[in-house]
Amino acid sequence: MPSPAIELVGVTKRFLTPSGTAYTALRDLNVAIGIGEFCAVVGPTGCGKSTTLALISGLEPPSEGEVVVGGVAVRGVGKEVGYVFQTDAVFPWKNVLDNVATGPRFRGVARADAEGRAREWIARVGLAGFERYYPHQLSGGMRKRAALAQTLINEPRILLMDEPFSALDVQTRTLMENELLQLWSATRSSVVFVTHDLEEAIALADRVVVLTAGPGTVKGIYPVSLPRPRNVAEIRFQPQFARIYEEIWNDLRDEVLLSYERSKRSLA
Amino acid sequence: MSALSAASRNAALRPDEATGEAARARARLNRRLVVNGLRILFAVVVLGSWELGTAAGWIDPFFYGRPSGVANQLRIWLFEGTAQGPLWQQIATTLEEATLGFLIGVGLGVIFGVALGRVRLLADVFAPYIKALNAMPRVVLGSIFIITIGYNIWSKVALAVVLVFFVVFFNAFQGVREVDRVLLANARILGASERQLSTHVIFPSALSWILASLHTSFGFALVGAVVGEYLGAIKGIGLVIATAQATFNPNGVFAAMFLLAVVALAAEVLLTRLEDRLVRWRPNTITDVTI
Repeated sequence: MPSPAIELVGVTKRFLTPSGTAYTALRDLNVAIGIGEFCAVVGPTGCGKSTTLALISGLEPPSEGEVVVGGVAVRGVGKEVGYVFQTDAVFPWKNVLDNVATGPRFRGVARADAEGRAREWIARVGLAGFERYYPHQLSGGMRKRAALAQTLINEPRILLMDEPFSALDVQTRTLMENELLQLWSATRSSVVFVTHDLEEAIALADRVVVLTAGPGTVKGIYPVSLPRPRNVAEIRFQPQFARIYEEIWNDLRDEVLLSYERSKRSLA
Repeated sequence: MSALSAASRNAALRPDEATGEAARARARLNRRLVVNGLRILFAVVVLGSWELGTAAGWIDPFFYGRPSGVANQLRIWLFEGTAQGPLWQQIATTLEEATLGFLIGVGLGVIFGVALGRVRLLADVFAPYIKALNAMPRVVLGSIFIITIGYNIWSKVALAVVLVFFVVFFNAFQGVREVDRVLLANARILGASERQLSTHVIFPSALSWILASLHTSFGFALVGAVVGEYLGAIKGIGLVIATAQATFNPNGVFAAMFLLAVVALAAEVLLTRLEDRLVRWRPNTITDVTI
């Protein structure tokens, strides 16, 4: 592999819990993601998937180890990073146009230029005509589209996605996944896509990284050699898809069960 | 009962698409008429039984006044003026004090609330003092203000300011603290500087909290102005009340209360308009009391 876009080297992340003890979210994580690669990260609840993204984005510093993006160690939030959050992250007090134009505006682009580019991206994610709508007037899927446009307008070389479609209904979700693949193929940025849905991971990604139940570390890395362009709705019926699914699930199952047992115990 | 509600539900469903809109408009109008009718009926029943009670001798108008007396008092004030001068001057004075106190108090409350909300150290240092000041019945400060500032309007403005300040301060502070972490993270990723975080995320987010507090705080500004006047003033509705009290004129007290209620309601309408303009993005408003 040529020099990777993202590299996590021996990364450990500990958080201080409210009770004052240290909680290890990630332990000795080593992953490298290539330039233009679509990498999915799966793992049971609480295995540090979102933490991984926070570290790559620079929102959180690692406790140990190093996060390298584009050959440079991450110190704070980088300009090359885009981040689509699990929950709604569009600003409720801005309409769609202002929301999408926010990134360029923050980065010093003049208002007219920023709005021009925002209109292009709004059209590209299929929200043309909704420029003046406020987020609460949109459906969940449309808000997600706005969030995508808001992120992609900055043309990030690194695109981080934290279960972006988990709150959507199944049909909208498949639609959005296909559109994401289309948008991504035009940009060819490196994507880290966190999900708990293995099917989604395989359908979208070039490689699937399985994390262990917390503290998270790499359990296995699986290449997904399905051809592109893919149709997410149909790719699931390919025999190869089922084979990959079974292979990864054998690995993931133990971790999911472990995590489930733990959560039961902590509840008891 | 249940048969009745089922029947009315069927009736509501029956109109076809073409007449549906008209039927709904009619239903809305009917409901408005019913609500307003009941409102007027309520006022008539309360005021009427008060009036009849005094006429029948069950309620002593010497202590409790009577609606016709209150109306007469208002008429006298309106056409002949109060003992302190024309009525409009009293209202204008109180309104001026309340408005100035409101504006200054809101300004200070927002500035301090946002500052302490953003800077952890400031919040930790000042928290005990602010809590102590807030726990104090601040109306007693009115006496200090009368002594130090004098009988002019500024002693009343000062009292209104301290009453308004804390309400707005706590809301602004809480609003800043409650800013969605995800929105902050998103703004940082999109490239916001610290200043842009404040102007694009923190302030708009806190604004709905601040605006919600304004409804309560104009009421407090009015309390400050009236209590201040009550303690010592040359003009104002508070003074009118104090005079009425001193001359055993319950009708005067009730009439002044009625004027204050009108002023407060008018302010409430204006504030609601302002709020609707400023937070058009919000699906529904956080207000202390929604009726």
